[in-house]
Amino acid sequence: MAHPTLLGFQDAVSPVMEELLHFHDHALMIVFMISTLVLYIIVAMVTTKLTNKYILDSQEIEIIWTVLPALILILIALPSLRILYLMDEINDPHLTIKAIGHQWYWSYEYTDYEELGFDSYMIPTQDLASGQFRLLDTDHRMVVPIESPIRMLISAEDVLHSWAVPSLGVKMDAVPGRLNQAAFIASRPGVFYGQCSEICGANHSFMPIVVEAVPLEHFEKWSSLMLEDA
Amino acid sequence: MAETIDDKIKNYRTAPFDARFPNTNQTRNCFQNYLDFHRCNKALSARDQDVSPCEWYQRVYKSLCPSSWVGKWDEQIENGSFPGKI
Repeated sequence: MAHPTLLGFQDAVSPVMEELLHFHDHALMIVFMISTLVLYIIVAMVTTKLTNKYILDSQEIEIIWTVLPALILILIALPSLRILYLMDEINDPHLTIKAIGHQWYWSYEYTDYEELGFDSYMIPTQDLASGQFRLLDTDHRMVVPIESPIRMLISAEDVLHSWAVPSLGVKMDAVPGRLNQAAFIASRPGVFYGQCSEICGANHSFMPIVVEAVPLEHFEKWSSLMLEDA
Repeated sequence: MAETIDDKIKNYRTAPFDARFPNTNQTRNCFQNYLDFHRCNKALSARDQDVSPCEWYQRVYKSLCPSSWVGKWDEQIENGSFPGKI
């Protein structure tokens, strides 16, 4: 999850997020190398005593600094497009969960078999138990089974919101009257946090998302318990 | 044909991929299945046939559509103000 000294992405939980993370490492490395080269050249130009007023052209270097950037761009574009198409692949979901944004909480519906629905409010700071995270923990978590393709359908009841969980690599706008689909697989069990990502009023910063990925048997037990409580 | 429909309903896990709605916006997918369920019911009961195949559409729209939308549409059907054609 996010911590104060975090510089990069949070650890990936879904295969797509892993790909995105590695691609970002690749692209950023290229960017660092180019920046270092340019900075070196600038420093070298500025600190040299050598002068030459008579160079008019140079076919060779012109070719190099045209072809090399083109190659670098291809090196960036190919993995990028690969991931883009990977994210668009037709998957066969095992479970459909609806996340509906309200001012200022999320509600989750699991209606494949029974009508399970519940609200998820942020735990107010004064009510936090020891060990809970301020502005991130909620009273009810969205529980999902691990290693199952999940289809998320995101919508909103009032204004625009956005359902985002960085470690799953998911962010999808919640638009009133519209049903947006996103998909993910939780490769490992754990608790993953996200926050509303579209300005939605006074408490926009106080409607977080918590996803808890558990083995299938635990998920089944949890859903029976939730149905009883409802 | 009826047996395979029953099998499909029995082995239902969640709404499968529908090639008619391949993109991010699944609003129409939900609405279409809701319409198809009611049209199926209306058509089959008009001929006094078994309406159990229509359960497929119901399972799909229940999976996809937010409960508030379903509640609103059911109410509209009851008082005759539903905007879709059934």
